[in-house]
Amino acid sequence: MILTNTTNYFSQFIAYFSDTIGWGMGGQILAYVLIAIVYLIFFALAGLYLVYLERRVAAFFQLRLGPNRVGPWGLMQTIADALKLLSKEIFGTDRKDKLLYHTAYYLVIVAALISLSVIPFSNGIAAYDINIGVFFISAVSSVGILGLLIGGWGSNNKYGVLGGMRSGLQMISYELSSGLAILTIVLMAGSLQLSEIIHQQQAGWFLWRGHIPALIAFVIFVIAGTAESNRTPFDLPEGEAELGAGYHTEYSGMGFAWFFLAEFINMFIISAVGVTLFLGGWLAPFGITDGLGMPWLWGFIWFFIKVGLMIFLLMWFRWTFPRLRIDQLLTLEWKYLLPIGLVNIILMAVLVYYHLVF
Amino acid sequence: MSYFGDIFGGIRSLLTGMKITGGYFFPSIIGRKYTITRQYPEEPAVVAERFKGEVVMWHNENNEHRCTGCQACEIACPNGTIEIIWDRVLNEETGKKVKVIDKHIYHLGMCTMCNLCIQACPTNAIMWSTNFHNATFDRSQLTKVLNHPGSKLMTGVEE
Repeated sequence: MILTNTTNYFSQFIAYFSDTIGWGMGGQILAYVLIAIVYLIFFALAGLYLVYLERRVAAFFQLRLGPNRVGPWGLMQTIADALKLLSKEIFGTDRKDKLLYHTAYYLVIVAALISLSVIPFSNGIAAYDINIGVFFISAVSSVGILGLLIGGWGSNNKYGVLGGMRSGLQMISYELSSGLAILTIVLMAGSLQLSEIIHQQQAGWFLWRGHIPALIAFVIFVIAGTAESNRTPFDLPEGEAELGAGYHTEYSGMGFAWFFLAEFINMFIISAVGVTLFLGGWLAPFGITDGLGMPWLWGFIWFFIKVGLMIFLLMWFRWTFPRLRIDQLLTLEWKYLLPIGLVNIILMAVLVYYHLVF
Repeated sequence: MSYFGDIFGGIRSLLTGMKITGGYFFPSIIGRKYTITRQYPEEPAVVAERFKGEVVMWHNENNEHRCTGCQACEIACPNGTIEIIWDRVLNEETGKKVKVIDKHIYHLGMCTMCNLCIQACPTNAIMWSTNFHNATFDRSQLTKVLNHPGSKLMTGVEE
């Protein structure tokens, strides 16, 4: 069954308020606000439950049990943690740069939220399905780096500055590699629109159709994505042994919680982009659930299964690999990932030109 | 070319690591085969046989202990955890005065579990207990009298 690029449910929703009810501009704004609230709730819940998942997965990797006392299987643990953090005093240094210090976490969250708005969760469910979606995500995720940098700088703390600088160095470096990996797939798809890229994969996921270069691009993307989300083995910006907590050393209470949540949402976004580009997004594998009705629901289910597997892979990396030293980090990027990515994109271009991809 | 050799060697070593951690993870989510954590109040605590919980004095069924009151443990203790209150009592049979302990006082709050008192004891009167429920609401409850009330020295220890 070939799915056509159907109408976006969100634009229908907006049109319902502005035209069907007839509230015009006001209805449109109301619809936008409602969509934003849905995304904010998703942001909070996904962040909290990813923290829970991380702790449980970490526990199983280390032969422990993890949080299992608050609520059934410990499901309310992170909500209790968030309530505790909300009630805590926001206690910073006296000599902080107040404007930068308090802008930093908003920038990080806003960057994560904007990236989230482009991702297609199911067929026709993407709040902002623009024709430069992939480019938009890699552009906006750089704003998050700015947040970490000014957060480290604004807290007027040597560990904060060093952590912020390291995060800037690391994320800008690895953004090159992930950009090249994304471009490799864009060469195949011939489009930057995420929904269009997914629709192109109905004949087969790009990971299989692009065979060797797509596989190399996938590996590079996963490595660069791990580095961009500041997770072990690339968690130098908050290396506990050297930097206290890195860029969020001077943050407490919800200021810290925002950075923490944004880190997990970034992990979700990296996984979602990887799934969209390489693993067919919300498409069912081999179309096994295409004829069962309710395509948007099945889209959701498959999307979240695939994203869950990607996130599990990132967690598996985190609890297996040791942290890299800063020179090893840069060697990996500039001597290995970037040259391989460049050669890979040329290989992909040649294959696409001679129709050697499936 | 060691460049590509490094890449494949690196990937292989990373996969080896992931195989090991995966070998811990996947059995853990299915069952509790390898899980070390014991959920203590619900599950019984397993304490090692030689765990040093607190110092106790052994008594037999006739309420007799082996402590002669020699104070070797009191002298051996580096921080004054043990105090022995003793007296000399006339032994009717031999006509000699012998040392008899009144109270063997043990301040658990000061004890560092260093084992020196137990090594010093010539008659093996005191030993380790594996009891770890030592939390109290009052510091005074940590001062314990090790010999039971009305207990006396076992016959044959002093020879």
